[in-house]
Amino acid sequence: MMSLLEIKNLKIEFGRGLDARRAVDGVSLTLEAGETLCVVGESGSGKTVTALSIARLVPSPPARYAGGEILLQGRDVLKMSSAELRGIRGRVVSYVFQEPGASLNPVFRVGHQIKESLQLHRPDAATDAEVIHLLQLVGIPAPETRIKNYPHEMSGGMQQRIMIAMALASQPRLLVADEPTTALDVTIQAEIIDLLRELKQRLGMAIVLITHNLGIVADLADRVAVMYAGQIVETAPARALLKQPLHPYTQALMLSVPGLGARSKRLPAIPGSVPQLGAFPSGCRFHPRCARVRPDCSLEVPDLFEVEPGRWVRCPYWGYEPRICGSESEVPA
Amino acid sequence: MNLLEVRNLKVHFPVTHGVFSRSQDVVRAVDDVSLAIAPGETVGLVGESGCGKTTLGRAVVRLIEPTSGKVLFDGEDIAGLTGSTLRARRRNFQMIFQDPYGSLDPRMTVARIIGEALDIHRLAPEPAARRRRIEALLAEVGMDSSHAQRYPHELSGGQRQRIGIARALALEPRLMVCDEPVSALDVSVQAQIINLLEDLQRRHNMACLFIAHDIAIVEHISRRVLVMYLGRIVESGDAEAICHFPKHPYTQALISAVPVIDPDSRRRRILLSGELPSPIHPPGGCPFHPRCPVAEPRCQAEVPPLREISPGHHAACHLAS
Repeated sequence: MMSLLEIKNLKIEFGRGLDARRAVDGVSLTLEAGETLCVVGESGSGKTVTALSIARLVPSPPARYAGGEILLQGRDVLKMSSAELRGIRGRVVSYVFQEPGASLNPVFRVGHQIKESLQLHRPDAATDAEVIHLLQLVGIPAPETRIKNYPHEMSGGMQQRIMIAMALASQPRLLVADEPTTALDVTIQAEIIDLLRELKQRLGMAIVLITHNLGIVADLADRVAVMYAGQIVETAPARALLKQPLHPYTQALMLSVPGLGARSKRLPAIPGSVPQLGAFPSGCRFHPRCARVRPDCSLEVPDLFEVEPGRWVRCPYWGYEPRICGSESEVPA
Repeated sequence: MNLLEVRNLKVHFPVTHGVFSRSQDVVRAVDDVSLAIAPGETVGLVGESGCGKTTLGRAVVRLIEPTSGKVLFDGEDIAGLTGSTLRARRRNFQMIFQDPYGSLDPRMTVARIIGEALDIHRLAPEPAARRRRIEALLAEVGMDSSHAQRYPHELSGGQRQRIGIARALALEPRLMVCDEPVSALDVSVQAQIINLLEDLQRRHNMACLFIAHDIAIVEHISRRVLVMYLGRIVESGDAEAICHFPKHPYTQALISAVPVIDPDSRRRRILLSGELPSPIHPPGGCPFHPRCPVAEPRCQAEVPPLREISPGHHAACHLAS
């Protein structure tokens, strides 16, 4: 069966010639219809560029798609004409971005902005009734009055709901959410994650969620891909990865975040800082910060290989981490 | 004796509307807050955006003039101080800011940034001593002396935050106010900075007011935690007690919303209805009642005082027990 999305060995560079800096280096991902994939990574890991490339939203120039394929419903996005791209943007893939305040147009009422999306993708349904229906879908109370609001009259959480309603207006098969809760408070973040989970169940939509927070993975993801310095370092079913990550980076990341109620003496910090684009270390890109580094790690670039069915790790010295055993103490609510 | 004591602190900001500023409202950013910090103690202050936690932190170091109330440092009220007296006192309380990009002057080298603090307080008048002191401070925050001649843009976010810490440390303060010191940093770097702050605090026996929105980080670093909502402290107590047995419904919701990595965690999430009300027109009675899942009629009428529920554990809720 054909997958909804298949990214094969994607390479994206910024700059030309000797100056070219590869932000995404050989990323491969598959996503079935209705599935949720979380891409976890820190700044500069290439997660956002990968996500934007699905609808070829990374402008070229300055970017250059240096290789690979992005098969969306079996057709390569990288070979599409601009007319074909217009056909998939919105209709097949919709996006929700990090800062709802910056994504909404401040001078138009939110109802108008949602209707605009309807007019473009489903002209027959471009009615106030449909806008109100969409607002109900994303859990906005009193939608009849809310459609007349301007973005500044809404809180960040409400604005993000509007963005989601706008993305859903075109009834996409795939929703790409790039750090949708990073700008929001924890209590609002919990609401938005709940909303996404509910929508996924109700609409059967596939979701790609980009995040730096491993915590929200557990709530939503079927599968997880962890990125570091432009590469996927580990990918696995969400449950398996959260229970027992195998790559030293994923393990270190998980250990360095203080857990609530698990008062530890000292956090096991990861030394050094995230490498800058264009200054990635040789060999394994994580080796200068890795606790399990060996002499040959700086020499050879490790390949991603399958250690268990569906679990891929980019480290020949992968192993279990006894300090993570899914035994985080439970927090009474 | 307490190193810092804040008594009934209020910080109100006037906002004007209309032509010729005819009507005037007041944002009650900090409304009747009292707290105390002992020498060497770390107190965590947690709350969501707009709750007034940053304003409180800034009022403590007198970057903002309080509207009323007292800020006693070593028993002396710093709210009324001005000029050279204030500057002299300020040596004792320093601040670390959230944004390591915005809080360092891009045109100064690292040595000048740290040296400026020494110069203002005339702590190292001789050039050689000044240089040695800067190198010692850099070493203390885990950087080597080769960084002294660099500019902020040459450093990573984590390194910049270390410079911000060295600058505050230069004055050997007795109280450090850390306003979201790690929230702008990459996840893999946050733990380094948290560990560094803990080490420095222990080594120099500094007290610390640690402000953050992430209750897990606050719990990790603090012995005592204060939870703030709409300009008021709604719960205070021992960090462990607050995280395991929160008494105020807001704290309970806040804790239940923290994402947990463990996929088997059987946690019930408490969803709050509605939004954070405007601090210009806070709701009457308990400020949390419009969103509270267990609110009763009297919550709309009476403001609940902060009262002791169990020894050392206070909550401002009529229903807490």
